Amino acid sequence: MSLLNAALGVGSITLAAEAPDWEAAVRLAGSGLEASGRTTNVYTQAMVAAIRELGPYVVVAPGLAMPHARPSEAVLETGMSLVVLKTPVAFGHRKNDPVRVVFGLAALDHDRHLELLSEFAGKFGKEGFVNSLLSCQSESEIRHLFT
Amino acid sequence: MKIVAVCGAGIGTSVLLKMNAEKVLRTLGLTATVEAADIETARASRDAQILLTTPEIVDKLQGLPSEVIAIDHVFDLGEISEKLSKAML
Repeated sequence: MSLLNAALGVGSITLAAEAPDWEAAVRLAGSGLEASGRTTNVYTQAMVAAIRELGPYVVVAPGLAMPHARPSEAVLETGMSLVVLKTPVAFGHRKNDPVRVVFGLAALDHDRHLELLSEFAGKFGKEGFVNSLLSCQSESEIRHLFT
Repeated sequence: MKIVAVCGAGIGTSVLLKMNAEKVLRTLGLTATVEAADIETARASRDAQILLTTPEIVDKLQGLPSEVIAIDHVFDLGEISEKLSKAML
């Protein structure tokens, strides 16, 4: 199994999600991390607080956000969650809005998720990968994309 | 030369920036160490020639003896390459 598929635990992927604004979208990503047993709700609050404090620096590419917070006791296990939004939402980024794909990220420390992020960077470094992801109709199609 | 990639927590955006900056440096044939850090660590260390970050963080890195570069699209190696080489060459 790829590191990405392992990081996306059972219950971590939400497709055709409805979120009225960026905060709701980030909370959905947090719910995916909680549902798959990777974090507690405190981590979800921390992800929202980080964006409130520092702005939408988690919007790393056009249409793609990767909300995260610092490693803390609220992280039970390193993991990711994925929310694909039905309707794009604005995060307030100067170039990469609106966002349709939200990857929640939780890390236990500063080191143990580096290979996972390297795999993530390899996938999203490919031109058009966000669009390939958006064309997926089911979780199994998405997991196939991450193999 | 030392480059520090900076984001709020030092585990996500900055790590992606660091990885892609390293790819760009290899392609350009340039040598530099690249680290990922959060804002406080980057502000305290003051030993980087270049701070690589995202547009929202730029204001938090003022007043340091480093050139600050803002990257909009973290996976756009062309953008990183253009901005990094301008600062390094």
